[in-house]
Amino acid sequence: MITRAAETLGTLAPRLIAVPVALAVGLLLLWVADAPPLQTLRLLIEGSLGSQQRIGDTLMVWAPLALACAALVVTFTAGLWNIGVEGQIVAGAIAATWVARELSAPPAVVMASMLVAGTAGGAAWAGLLGVLNVRGGVHEIFGGLGLTFVATGAVIYLVLGPWKRAGVASTSGTDLFPREVWFPTMAALRVSPLAVGLGVIAVVGVFLLLRRTRFGLRLRATGQGRAAAARLGVPTERYLMYAFLLSGALAGIAGAVLVGAQHHKLVPSVSGGYGFLGILVVLLASYRIHWAAPIALFFAIIANGSVQLQLRLDLHSSLGGVFQGVLVLAVLLAGGWQMRRARERDRKAAARA
Amino acid sequence: MPDLITMISVATIATIVAAATPLVFAVIGETITEKAGVVNLSLDGSMLLSAMTGFAVAYTTGSLPLGFLTAALVSAGIALVVAFASIEFRLNQIAVGFVLTLLAANLSAFLGRDFVRKPGPFVPSMPVPGLSDLPVVGPILFNQNPLVYASLLLIAGSFWFLFHTRPGLDLQAAGERPEAAFARGIPVNRLRYLYTALGGALVGIGGAAFSLDVKAGWADGHVANYGWIALAIVIFGGWHPGRAALGCYLFGLLQIMALKLQPELPNLAQVLPILPFPMMIMTLVIVNRPAVKRLAARSGVLGRLLQGEPPGGLGRAFWRE
Repeated sequence: MITRAAETLGTLAPRLIAVPVALAVGLLLLWVADAPPLQTLRLLIEGSLGSQQRIGDTLMVWAPLALACAALVVTFTAGLWNIGVEGQIVAGAIAATWVARELSAPPAVVMASMLVAGTAGGAAWAGLLGVLNVRGGVHEIFGGLGLTFVATGAVIYLVLGPWKRAGVASTSGTDLFPREVWFPTMAALRVSPLAVGLGVIAVVGVFLLLRRTRFGLRLRATGQGRAAAARLGVPTERYLMYAFLLSGALAGIAGAVLVGAQHHKLVPSVSGGYGFLGILVVLLASYRIHWAAPIALFFAIIANGSVQLQLRLDLHSSLGGVFQGVLVLAVLLAGGWQMRRARERDRKAAARA
Repeated sequence: MPDLITMISVATIATIVAAATPLVFAVIGETITEKAGVVNLSLDGSMLLSAMTGFAVAYTTGSLPLGFLTAALVSAGIALVVAFASIEFRLNQIAVGFVLTLLAANLSAFLGRDFVRKPGPFVPSMPVPGLSDLPVVGPILFNQNPLVYASLLLIAGSFWFLFHTRPGLDLQAAGERPEAAFARGIPVNRLRYLYTALGGALVGIGGAAFSLDVKAGWADGHVANYGWIALAIVIFGGWHPGRAALGCYLFGLLQIMALKLQPELPNLAQVLPILPFPMMIMTLVIVNRPAVKRLAARSGVLGRLLQGEPPGGLGRAFWRE
């Protein structure tokens, strides 16, 4: 046990070099922008953790991001680059909005139906991508991007056309949903326990599914080498489709959460890049969901804090994105450097033997 | 529907050729990079950042060539990170490229905030004396600006270089069968560095060709998504410069059609500009159909037009054991 912990530390330590590197780049950017570093850091933390209200808001960024990460871990495990997760979030949001607008039933039924519809919408969009990829031979990156463009186009069409606000069509979105179908929030906070709970369930569920079930084992085998998995009797094409569908379902829930608990209406930029940010988080977590969940929280803190920096210091909110990107790049490079050193050590040892 | 004849007039074709020029630079650049065996997935962010720096430098110094040069250097630098991570550390090219695309896009927004919506310099039109008076070909190819001429030369030049010169064949060998190429004495990884940087520089020129010509100026996310389209067109083009250029013009045609349909379909006015992007990507489905592939394999002409296989060593790091 101790040796294993030491080993983990040994592999982690070189990667931790990446953190000061990313911080140094962050400081450099602040210097370029002529901003006081300490005050910036203080505002960043206050902006995301400074009050109950702010912590709640940060959790509300975490929930869809964690769902997106869970979705992505599933497809990455199958060896697929599901960049289309962004479009699947949007498809889920559209489906959930449709239910919120059309279904007249008790609020609890409407909300549950919104989640079901979101799940189905996201899964359908990912299923389409799966067919394009598995049957059509289109690389999932490009099929996914194409379908994301279509989903974005559909949102703009709906917001300005059939679902436009009473009287005026505006890019600010559709009419707000009736108050009673807004996902309930805790007391005075804007945090929805349902949204955060779904994020937690998705993270735990995906962890158990991948680590503790035959399904997870076969999915991992498919991801590590399709030919070999097929020889072991795994129906790989079917497993790839399962991965797409499950990933899309989780992304669709994120979409339903975004319209049900955050915007309370459909807006053109309903996802606003959660899918892409999720890919960064999952890369940083080496495709492991139990690391992705806390990293997603860290990214949510940066994202929320950046909004404050824009308001208070007039720093462009893209600064947070730059810092996140530098951090992930630095960690990837540090990991690669470490593996290279390990290879060189092995080679020397082999030469001596 | 406006009738097809008036839509595809000579003037329209000239507009398409001009509008597609930035993409031609980017697509041929990436084709060269991928031919050498490296996928530079950072195109979308690279084009944003090079569009921004190109505009910012030209705006501040008043020099267009300096703008293009900086843009090329910035984009080549990003491309070199991909090559370095793959060659030295054997990292996944897709992962590194994806991180770089998001990073560069955010950097373009952050560093470009002082240049948003400023009127700046742009590449002037420069008809070729004599040739521009030719019927049909004149207005389409020779009554344009120097960038368009450069892009036409690039199409022909890259085709000749890749398929008809010794270094071009070496480049292909490095991407196609790196182990065999290395055994023949070709410095695979050195070539990969070289052509990833060269391809990246062309992508940067493409980015600056937007901000200093086709979509003159700068704003947040100014040329977003064009890099992704460029990557799709490389596949559509079957890693062949001529077909890749054709893909760029096809995309230009789709964009012009969307523009011309706007007054006819006011309900879809906001959606039409988006449509060419998925349509271009979905053409990949058709090109990849087994039936189409079988047909292409049987017919020589169609085969050359439709078939294109990725380089054998694409995306794979190469090392000596």
